[in-house]
Amino acid sequence: MTTFTVLAIVAVLAALGVVLFSSPVRSAICLVVNFFVLAFVYFILNAELLGITQIIVYTGAIMVLFLFVIMLLNLGGPQAWKERREFRTVLGFGFGAALAGVIASQLITHFREHSRPFADDGYGSPQAIGRVLFTQYVWPFEVASVLLLVGIVGSILLAKRKL
Amino acid sequence: MTDWLIQQSPAIQATVRVLVFVLPLLLLVPGLIWWERRLLSWMQDRIGPNRVGPFGLLQPIADGVKLFFKEDITPSTVDRAIYFVAPAVALFPAFAIGGTLPWGPHYGPLMHWTPIANVNIGILYVLAISSLGVYGVVLSGYASNNKYSLLGGLRSSAQLISYELAMGVSLACMVMATGSLKMTDMIAAQMEPLWGIQSLGWLQNWFLFTPFGLISAVVFLICMVAETNRTPFDLPEAENEIIAGYHTEYSSMKFAVFFMGEYATMFVFSGVFATVFLGGWNLLPINWDVVAAQVPALAGIARAMDGLTYWLAPIWFLGKCATGITFYIWLRATLPRLRYDQLMSLGWKSLLPLAVANFIVVAIWIMGTKLYGPGGGWAGGLLGLAIVYALYLNFVSATRKSGWGAKDRLAMVDKSARTIDLVDPNVAGGTR
Amino acid sequence: MGDYIAIVILVGLAAVICGAMVSLSFVLGPKNTTPYKQSPYECGVQPLGDARERFPIKFYLVAMLFILFDIEVVFLWSWLTVFKNADLAYQTFSFGAVMVYMVLWIIGDAYVIRVNAIDWDETTSLHPAKLGEPDPAALPVTARDLELVGGAR
Repeated sequence: MTTFTVLAIVAVLAALGVVLFSSPVRSAICLVVNFFVLAFVYFILNAELLGITQIIVYTGAIMVLFLFVIMLLNLGGPQAWKERREFRTVLGFGFGAALAGVIASQLITHFREHSRPFADDGYGSPQAIGRVLFTQYVWPFEVASVLLLVGIVGSILLAKRKL
Repeated sequence: MTDWLIQQSPAIQATVRVLVFVLPLLLLVPGLIWWERRLLSWMQDRIGPNRVGPFGLLQPIADGVKLFFKEDITPSTVDRAIYFVAPAVALFPAFAIGGTLPWGPHYGPLMHWTPIANVNIGILYVLAISSLGVYGVVLSGYASNNKYSLLGGLRSSAQLISYELAMGVSLACMVMATGSLKMTDMIAAQMEPLWGIQSLGWLQNWFLFTPFGLISAVVFLICMVAETNRTPFDLPEAENEIIAGYHTEYSSMKFAVFFMGEYATMFVFSGVFATVFLGGWNLLPINWDVVAAQVPALAGIARAMDGLTYWLAPIWFLGKCATGITFYIWLRATLPRLRYDQLMSLGWKSLLPLAVANFIVVAIWIMGTKLYGPGGGWAGGLLGLAIVYALYLNFVSATRKSGWGAKDRLAMVDKSARTIDLVDPNVAGGTR
Repeated sequence: MGDYIAIVILVGLAAVICGAMVSLSFVLGPKNTTPYKQSPYECGVQPLGDARERFPIKFYLVAMLFILFDIEVVFLWSWLTVFKNADLAYQTFSFGAVMVYMVLWIIGDAYVIRVNAIDWDETTSLHPAKLGEPDPAALPVTARDLELVGGAR
């Protein structure tokens, strides 16, 4: 439990950093930390493969792309943008609170039933997932490969000047 | 010691395991730097550092102390927070990467000492943490607000992610051959009879000695050198092009931290290579207990060797790591730096297809072994190799047809040569 | 789960060591800053403009392709742990499934190589007609070219 508390505090602080920093690069770093710590939360919930996938895909790959895009657009200059205060800010807070309420209304009942989320040993192990993925979910697996192929072709078509 | 350790709470046991791994690594870094400087000087017919301490052994420590007390210059234009964080981020993976690395047998006397965490995803953890190495580079390049740093950081990050891919696939082949992601299981799989043939039971099945393992090892070795930014892949630090790349603006210990990270990562990656391809902590690829059982005449020696391998395992593992480091230094002394387009095409057009082809061959191999025994594995593997090679040749010829080659280029030069005022044909390269 | 506590501790300790290394020199070193010392290093020349310029989109393309291929491998890791020691029915079925997957992968990879997506020097791989207006002066003239041309000046 103490492990979870430490991880949760770091994760929440990092998440706050994402929102509160005005420089996009700093926000991105906080997001990296958040994803990384989140992976460890998955680990202690017995979701091993999910956690390590989180680090490999999100922390190691997608955030690099994020940083590249931020640097590509040169957003992170010293004169970072300041948001103007207007009615939309208030509206944003309102919608945010509403969303939090909706999520909480679904979650709180579960929290009442269990003192902490629980999964059996080996539930999220690579072996268990490999078993299921290639028997029950083999069709989505193949479709995913087509999707990735489309992604490859699409990104090249978009980014390449001349083929 | 072990008795004392078992009585402690899990958290304290874990802390002890971590300290036993991290502190020696921290202390080894100056030694590695000394070894690189000495060996490199011998290779270049110089003497190298020999003044501070015996054989100059204390030189890196003296350098470190000096660097700690040097002025920490922060250029006025940098993004201060990121500028401070970046070296720490660069050093972080170096220490965190070894979390699942067994530096001795995980049973017997070292049971509670190694690896730090024998988790189900051992090798993936190494891959995941090494993928964090990009951030140190890209952030320091960005934060420095220096054109050379930015260029170096960008080039380096593109290089790191390109080679990570081939590294992942080459490790995937070995995971498939093992059937587990645990690093201790990978060592156990390499202690089985060679090529799965029972009569060769006295030889260990080190993956380097299997055909597909050899291909994977070559790919992994190249990627490993590229991941640590070492020659011939040290483009981020190509001093004649971009000063010192991403750490141009760093001074005092912050500058040295990048190198600490580099050396520690080199060491741990050597350990990973030893674990995945060289049988981990085993001294020789021989199953001594099988020898003792089969050849009674050699039973005494075999049993002695078995004990030696088993009880001094960390020393053999360290020896393999040291060999890896020496290989790195040898490469640095031998090979010139790659050009950037060569670097990218090597990673994407040679190593990645090779690793993927190898992946398919291993899959066919395992199917063949399951259906027809070890012979079927060999046949299936060779058949797969032949198919892949045929496809490759077909593909290469197709690419050649579509591209434009040296002939077209020469025709163009021929046409343009008359219009360009050539100054002196004896001065080669770029003379207009 | 107990094993992961060790990893959490390792990660924490690594972070502490890194933080200490970086901040120690800041604490211990002298601080005599001058404006010239604090200027960016550009070989003694006065820096021109902001260093954070926009850079070629090729880097973005590399990162994009990296993500896509990385995810392709991620799907396979779980299979790798089961395949070798599974029963024959699972093995043959999943072998077929993965081979279909690999064929699609190879098509993607072949496309990447075929259109020279990861190509830094387009003049060596792209047909001149596609490069637009050919600029003869942009072509590097090597000694070998001159030999072949036969000293036509």
